[in-house]
Amino acid sequence: MPRNSELDVAYVARLARINLTEAEAELFQKQLDDVLKYVEKLRQADVSHVEAAAHALPIFNVFREDAPRDWFPAEQALSNAPRQANGLFIVPKVVE
Amino acid sequence: MTAEDLPALSIADVQSLLRRREVSAREIIDALVARIEAVDPEVGAYLSLDREAAAKDAEKANVDLPLGGVPLAIKDIINVMGQPCTCGSKILNGYRATYDATVIRKLRTAGAIPFGKTNLDEFAMGSSTENSAMKLTRNPWDLSRVPGGSSGGSAAAVAADIAFGALGSDTGGSIRQPAALSGIVGFKPTYGRVSRFGLVAFASSLDQIGPLTKTVRDAALIMNAIAGHDPQDSTALNEPAPNYTAKLGEDLRGVRLGLPKEYLIKGIDPQVKAAINAAVKQMTSLGAEIVEVSLPTTEYAIAVYYIVATAEASANLARFDGVRYGYRAENPKDMLDLYGRTREEGFGSEVKRRIILGTYVLSSGYYDAYYLRAQKVRELIRQDFAKAFEKVDALVSPTSPVPAFKLGERVADPLQMYLADIFTIAANLAGICGISVPCGFAEVDGHRLPIGLQLLGKALDEARILQIAHAYQQSTNWHKARPPIAVGGRKA
Repeated sequence: MPRNSELDVAYVARLARINLTEAEAELFQKQLDDVLKYVEKLRQADVSHVEAAAHALPIFNVFREDAPRDWFPAEQALSNAPRQANGLFIVPKVVE
Repeated sequence: MTAEDLPALSIADVQSLLRRREVSAREIIDALVARIEAVDPEVGAYLSLDREAAAKDAEKANVDLPLGGVPLAIKDIINVMGQPCTCGSKILNGYRATYDATVIRKLRTAGAIPFGKTNLDEFAMGSSTENSAMKLTRNPWDLSRVPGGSSGGSAAAVAADIAFGALGSDTGGSIRQPAALSGIVGFKPTYGRVSRFGLVAFASSLDQIGPLTKTVRDAALIMNAIAGHDPQDSTALNEPAPNYTAKLGEDLRGVRLGLPKEYLIKGIDPQVKAAINAAVKQMTSLGAEIVEVSLPTTEYAIAVYYIVATAEASANLARFDGVRYGYRAENPKDMLDLYGRTREEGFGSEVKRRIILGTYVLSSGYYDAYYLRAQKVRELIRQDFAKAFEKVDALVSPTSPVPAFKLGERVADPLQMYLADIFTIAANLAGICGISVPCGFAEVDGHRLPIGLQLLGKALDEARILQIAHAYQQSTNWHKARPPIAVGGRKA
């Protein structure tokens, strides 16, 4: 597939656990190449003296008391499960 | 006043009628439902409406509380116990919330009735609400145009008088921009001012819940109910929330307004520019002083945003894997097949695009060049705003460079859609607060299209921004104009 950046959409989609059709992969490749070209402008910014900001506001080490409290029961937690039985989520076999 | 007139009232006015026992909470719900049924088939603001639950809540409403008996619409990305929460996505079709978000719990404590879940761009990713997998929402001022996004359903509902007010969420402008395009007030609080517990996460360091309303006073009333610390959200600031209505009514004498010179970009619609200039002049005549300021990093804001927001989204949306809730692909042959097909079939294009971009910028070998660099430039943007706010109380700009665009006009080119967020995005990166208020109309193809004025304030200075916006609004009539569909609905 032709591309104009180092991004390989088909490969990254596999990392992200999203199946793509070939047509979709081709379209996204073109669109995201454009976006990556646009964000190249960040290379011009002088960040040599800057610390990275994970957050806009300085919040550190937020603790609350480790106290038990009511929360919804297992039955409610399972109420939206696509498949469930015996109080458990049912998924395809993982271990032989 | 007849029942047909009720839905056009502001929150403040309807609450005062309720408090004086001139109307009951049940009558309000009934009048609103009648209007929704008449108007919403054309607008498409709502995804779900639980009339029975609302009627029950109305019967036991305590109208003496600050928002007692007032129904409020909720963006369908905020959990309301027992109600659907689709996030505008197929992947959450059929999901029902098992708890109330903190904002919902707080609204209920203030007496409000959460009623109706509103349409949005899928997982709040978009600027037009066209990325919803559920339905199309139309701009009440011109049904061939978008209401803005991502809180487009909330904005259209308030604008069309089929909601008294609504909650939205704002990650890069998703409250302010649809408010501007739909001709109402939209307020984004400081990051951390309102708890995000129960808001389905898109970009956790940027997301913030806020009100969409007919007036600035209504926005302040909702803020009084929802602001404040929450032990269930570690990013909710542990700062006392002030009374947001207390300063309303103070004038603009001594207020310093900053005009960022970098915001005079090409591509601003001439009618938008004229309306903003007129609004600035109006505020000057009310006593405000104008100061030119500089935000040199403006040109980087959109690039930083689409790296930081997509990176966070790729991590947040990993939870939609078809295991615990929502959609699951049929007959998966193994776990990888279950994940891959569930996410292929469940997510729409924009969401997939952003997850892929976010995964890429966080991936080994690219993290430093993209994500780490973007975080550093984000810090520069934050510092730019901090410097500007040493000189001024608020920054003034258009909310959107253009009025509402046509449905379908921009879907094919994501980058062009992103670039329209230029004025709103930086506020989320810097964590500051901002509001959009109606400031005029553009005449386009025989339709009047609303224009929004944006005021940005420093972190935690919401009361000041609401005061300035209120003073301006009280000197204009823009917020009193109703779209043709609301006026027509009233006659029917």
